Amino acid sequence: MDARKKKRKVLLMGKSGSGKSSMRSIIFSNYVAKDVRRLGATIDVEHSHVKFMGNLTLNLWDCGGQDAFMETYLASQRGNIFSDVAVLIYVFDIESREVDRDLDTYNAIIEALREFSPNAYVFCLVHKMDLIQAEHRQRIYEERSALIRSRSEHFRVDTFGSSIWDQSLYKAWAGIVHKLIPNLTVIERFLSAFAKKIDAEEVILFERSTFLTVTSVSSEIGDLNPIYDRHERLSNIMKAFKHCAARNTLTTPASAGFVVMHTKTPQFNIFLGRFTDNTYIFLVVPPGEAAYNCAVLNTMLAREGFSKAAASGRSDGFPLPPPETPEDPVTNGVAVHG
Amino acid sequence: MAFPHVRRTQSMDFNKKGRLSNPCLLHRSESSKTTAQLSLENILQGTTHPAVSAQSRAILEPSVKPRDAKPRLLLMGLRRSGKSSIASVVFHKMPPNETLFLESTTRIQKDSIHSFMDFQVWDFPGQLEYLEPSFDLEDIFGSLGALVWVIDAQDDYLDSVARLNRTILTVQQYYPGINVEVFIHKVDGLSEEYRHDAYQDIVQRITDELNDAGYENAPVHFYLTSIYDYSVFEAFSKVIQKLIPNLSTLENLITTLGNNCGFEKTYLFDVLSKIYIASDTRPVDMAAYEMCSDYIDVIVDISELYSWDHPLRKHKGDQMQEAESHVVLHDETMLHLMEMNKYLCLVSVIRNPEAKEKKGLIDMNCRTFQEALNDVFSRSWEREEDHATE
Repeated sequence: MDARKKKRKVLLMGKSGSGKSSMRSIIFSNYVAKDVRRLGATIDVEHSHVKFMGNLTLNLWDCGGQDAFMETYLASQRGNIFSDVAVLIYVFDIESREVDRDLDTYNAIIEALREFSPNAYVFCLVHKMDLIQAEHRQRIYEERSALIRSRSEHFRVDTFGSSIWDQSLYKAWAGIVHKLIPNLTVIERFLSAFAKKIDAEEVILFERSTFLTVTSVSSEIGDLNPIYDRHERLSNIMKAFKHCAARNTLTTPASAGFVVMHTKTPQFNIFLGRFTDNTYIFLVVPPGEAAYNCAVLNTMLAREGFSKAAASGRSDGFPLPPPETPEDPVTNGVAVHG
Repeated sequence: MAFPHVRRTQSMDFNKKGRLSNPCLLHRSESSKTTAQLSLENILQGTTHPAVSAQSRAILEPSVKPRDAKPRLLLMGLRRSGKSSIASVVFHKMPPNETLFLESTTRIQKDSIHSFMDFQVWDFPGQLEYLEPSFDLEDIFGSLGALVWVIDAQDDYLDSVARLNRTILTVQQYYPGINVEVFIHKVDGLSEEYRHDAYQDIVQRITDELNDAGYENAPVHFYLTSIYDYSVFEAFSKVIQKLIPNLSTLENLITTLGNNCGFEKTYLFDVLSKIYIASDTRPVDMAAYEMCSDYIDVIVDISELYSWDHPLRKHKGDQMQEAESHVVLHDETMLHLMEMNKYLCLVSVIRNPEAKEKKGLIDMNCRTFQEALNDVFSRSWEREEDHATE
C-alpha cells in the first residue's frame, strides 16, 4: 500500500523531435550524448518505471509528439493520460519555427491537466539551447519562458534552458527530481547538521545511478564559491568518468560505479563515497590531513547508522525519522576526533 | 601545487579551447617557465629564406648553443591531411569536433611548448615546397627532434607516400638518423579490416622504396591515429619519448616502483597535453591509458570547481603540498594519481586487492619516486648549464 503511494506518474510531452526521448535516455538509461541520434521516433506512449532513490519509482510516460498522437491524447485518451499526474515535463524546441502553434498545443495540454490533475507540478524545458549562439542564449531563453508562463493558466511553472551537450541538462532534471523526493526537508536537516559537525565547506548528495544532485548544503564559506553551476558540472564530470570506467572494464554503464574517491590538494580535500544504497555523498573540506581523515571516518559512521536504520525496516534508511539515527553516529565520530 | 595553480589564472569559461587561448597564458619571454603553467608561445611567421640569419648561423656553430636548440617536431604531410587538427587537439585541448572549422594553414605555425622539457612544434602548410633550393634545409631540419608525417588514410595516399620518400631521401643525406614518424591518420572512418590493409600497404610501399634507393633499415615508424580517440595521444607519446634523453632511467624507476607496489600499469603524464612521457615496461594497455587519462581530466575539472581563492578559506592542519587522489571502481580496481611537479603526474592502475590496506606504503613509495624523478631532471639541467659555461 505504501509502495503504491510512492509511484509518481510523470508525463513527458512536447512536439515531435524536440528531444524528449534523448533526454530520458541520457539521464536514466546511461546513454552518452552522441549516441542519441540512433533513437527512432517514439510511437504512442512509452511507459517506463525509473527507480530513483530506491523506494521512489517514477512512472515515466514518454508521449510521442507527432500531431496525430497529440490529438488522441487530448480526445479519446484524455482521462487515461492526464489523471493522477504528479509531474508534467513539457519540452520546447528552441529552434521551432512555429512558436505560436507550439504554445497553442501546450495550452491545450495544460487545460486537460487542469481538468484531471490540478495539483501537478509543471516543468518546461526549453531544449537544444546549444544551437543558439552563446551571447543570445540568456535573452532568447527569457523571452521564451515569459511566453510559456503567459500560457500556463494557474499552474506555477518552472522553466529551464537545457541542452544534452552540457551540464544544463543535469541542472534541469535535478530541479525536477528535487521536487519529487518525499521527506526532503528531513534529509536536508540531517545534512546541514552533519556538515556543521565535520566543518565541511559543502556536502552534496548524488543519486547513485543518474548522478543527479538530490540535495546539497554549504557552509558560509562554501557559499562564496564563485562557480554556481558546480553541481551540474560535477554530475557531468562524474558521469563521463563512469562511462569511461565502464568502457574499459567491460561492463555496462549501469553496473559501473565508484566505491570511493579521495582527492587531496593544497586548496581543498574531497571525499566521494557510497552513502545509502542509492546515494553518493560528496564532501568538500578544507585542507588538513587529520581533519580530512576525521571527516571521512565520521561519514562512515553516519553511513553505518543509516544501514542499521535500513536493516530495522525503515525503508532504505532514507528518509529517516529525524531525532535518533543521525545524531548518534555523528557525536560518536566527534568523540574519536577529540 | 600545480593542479589548482595551473587552472587558477584561467577564465571560468567552460570551453577548453577558450581557456588555453586566454591571453594571460601566452607568454613570450623565457621567464614564463617560472610560473606554474605550461605556456604556449604562438609565433606566427613565415619561414622563407630571409629569416635564416642569426638562428641558422648559431646552429652551424653548436658551441654557441642558441636558445633555439630545443628539440623540434615537424608536422608535415599533404594539405588537408590533418596536421593542424592534430596539433590543436594534442597541444591546445581543442575538442575534436571543432577541428572541422580550422582554416587551412598557409604559413609555418610554430608553437613552443614549455613543459617538463621545452620543445617546439612546427606545423607546415601542406602545399609548401620546402625541398626547393630557396628554402634553407638547415633552417628547417637542423636541431630536429622528429619528423612527423601525416597521411590521410581515407584519401588516395600514393602522392603522400611518394612525397614522403622524396623527403626522407633528401633529408637523410644531410641529417642521417633523423626519426621519421608516420601517422596513418583519420583511421576512425575505416573499418577494422581496411585499416589493417591500408597500414600494411603504406608500410610496404615506404620500406620497399627506401630499400630500392639503398637506404636500408631506415628509422621510420608507423602509427594508426585518429583525433577522435586516444590513438593520437598514444602516438605522440611515443614520438616525444624518443626525445627524452633519460627515458630509460625513468622507465627503470617506474618499473621498480610498479613491481614493488604491485601496480598493474603506471604512466607518467604531462598534465596539460596528457601525453605520457614514460611508463613501465609492461605492454601498453589502451584501456588503462584511457582510464588514467580521463581520471586526470576528472581531477583537473573538479580542482577547477573548488580551488577558488578567498581570504576566509583556512587550512585546518598540515598536508602535503602535492595533490594526491585515488578512486576505487566497482570491480575493485584502484586508480592512483599523484602530482610529481608542476608539469607531471604519476597515474597507476592497481588491481592488487591488498592495495587498500597498504595505501600509506604506496603513497610513501610514490613520494620516494618523486624525489628520484626530480633528481633525474635537475641533474640533467645542471649538466646542460655546465656545458654552457665551459
